[in-house]
Amino acid sequence: MALLQKGWLKYILMLLVFVVGQVLVMTGILNDYLFATLTTLCINIILAVSLNLITGFTGQFSLGHAGFMSIGAYVCALITMRISTIPGFLLGVFAGACAAALVGFIVGLPTLRLRGDYLAIATLGMAEIIRIVFLNLEITNGAAGLNGVPQFVTWPWLFLFTAGTIHLISNFIHSAHGRACITLREDEIAAESIGIDATRYKVTAFVMGAFFAGIAGSLYASYFYFLRPTLFGFSRSIDILVIVVLGGIGSLSGSVIAAILLALISTYLQSFPELRMVFYAVALVVIMILRPQGLMGSKELSFDLLRNLGRSRKRRSS
Amino acid sequence: MGQFLQQVLNSISIGSIYALIALGYTMVYGIIRLINFAHASVYMLGAYIGYFAMTYFGLGFFPAILIAMVLCTIIGVLIEKIAYKPLRNATRIAVLITAIGVSMLIEYGMMFFVKANVRSYPPMTGFLTKTFTLGSMTITTQQILILVVTIVLMVILQFVVRTTRIGKAMRAVSQDRDAAELMGIDVNSTISFTFAIGSALAGAAGVLVGVYYNSINPLMGMLPGLKAFVAAVFGGIGLIPGAVLGGYFIGAVEVFVAGYGNSMYRDAVVFAILILVLIIKPAGLLGKSTREKV
Repeated sequence: MALLQKGWLKYILMLLVFVVGQVLVMTGILNDYLFATLTTLCINIILAVSLNLITGFTGQFSLGHAGFMSIGAYVCALITMRISTIPGFLLGVFAGACAAALVGFIVGLPTLRLRGDYLAIATLGMAEIIRIVFLNLEITNGAAGLNGVPQFVTWPWLFLFTAGTIHLISNFIHSAHGRACITLREDEIAAESIGIDATRYKVTAFVMGAFFAGIAGSLYASYFYFLRPTLFGFSRSIDILVIVVLGGIGSLSGSVIAAILLALISTYLQSFPELRMVFYAVALVVIMILRPQGLMGSKELSFDLLRNLGRSRKRRSS
Repeated sequence: MGQFLQQVLNSISIGSIYALIALGYTMVYGIIRLINFAHASVYMLGAYIGYFAMTYFGLGFFPAILIAMVLCTIIGVLIEKIAYKPLRNATRIAVLITAIGVSMLIEYGMMFFVKANVRSYPPMTGFLTKTFTLGSMTITTQQILILVVTIVLMVILQFVVRTTRIGKAMRAVSQDRDAAELMGIDVNSTISFTFAIGSALAGAAGVLVGVYYNSINPLMGMLPGLKAFVAAVFGGIGLIPGAVLGGYFIGAVEVFVAGYGNSMYRDAVVFAILILVLIIKPAGLLGKSTREKV
């Protein structure tokens, strides 16, 4: 069964998801409303996976992810509003992501020396500053926001960016650099004593997380047509954090599952926005008290896991 | 000069409120190393309790503030018992996420029950409506009231923490929890007591803000809560004098940036100060930096 090796299976599954999505879009089963939900879901997956890289794998508690998202969104919107072509869109996404990464680098370099809750507060402050700057800049049209951002996001782009983000971050985590980041999460002092450059890896993870949050923001701008600074406040950062915590701090597949789960719940609670937040809050507290590691813990839903499950079941039955 | 003095006066009023909230943050942080995000929600609840006491029960300012303080004390202790106590040995991130959850639960729960619209406090009556002119300054009775209430509460707090048995226990637990437990101090009830005091102060601050700004809403705690936390960090988190100093400093920064600079940027300046303090002197203005032990 050489064809069904782990690597192949992953790509076949990805292709399958893409084809199913494409068929649903082309046959019109996925109407505009459902496609909007799907877009939100994919954006949330990108955000959660990228925050998981910072918080889950590197152990740096960031409360400012919405800030990076807003940078990506605004930069992309400003570019596509001037160059309304597909290359312009791609340039916008790339520039948005790079701008977010650049701000991540500038903010991360000094603040990542801080630990735990101090870092959380510093990143929260950073996101607020970014929001206030967008609120006051001339070019972003202040509190009224940008209107009429051209729409470029279609299912192929959405799929490409979401799958690409998951793939790249997953590859990073399984590389030597990713392992260094995980070591930092487990014990920073021990990691430094075996020669891991703590600052370098923390900043790397932070900048990467910011980059992908920028991509998510760009997609948001290119689908939802209009941008306002209030869209990227503290509660957006909390939304992302809830997904990461619910899915499991340090589990990429957990983030994806949690994003899907929460998308279903919030579609259901659409007409009661307050109740949705109350539900999020209760979910956070209950998970922290009963299962602090989240639904998946740090386990991944991978083919190895399925194979092992199958094997142990076989062993039990024989 | 007159305008300057007027700004000083305004910054004292706002600073007093920040200082009252910051005290709760700093005491809780000192004792269990937790940024109690729910503290800002307790402050919001205090404002609403004061509002209901004044509007629906027709009580005056002083009974209302007392009721708000008592109810907030109970709420604060309940939050600690239900949400934080099961996590006493969990990681700090887990407790921090719980605190964010509790804060959201209170704020959006409140939004669900009383709706998101802004409410205004009933107009003040009697001596609370007077204003005084001193040279070119105008002083309202409310401003005097805020200052007096704040000072009285701080003196009481200082008395409790410095001279009573439970205050001594609080200081002991914040220095070294394990050692305090070995000396026979009931750590759990000391932590509850800390939450009780902090929440009472937040409740008082809520009513004072309601009277001063005359408008309250379920999300009013978010930004002042964050700024009060900045104040606590600025002065040196865990230190009571630090919180007071930080509160007045942040109040002054806010008023002067709004008065002489761009009022739209006043929140950004406060957060920029936070990041600078954290980078340059993470222990705060009055704090001593401790070396990390392996």
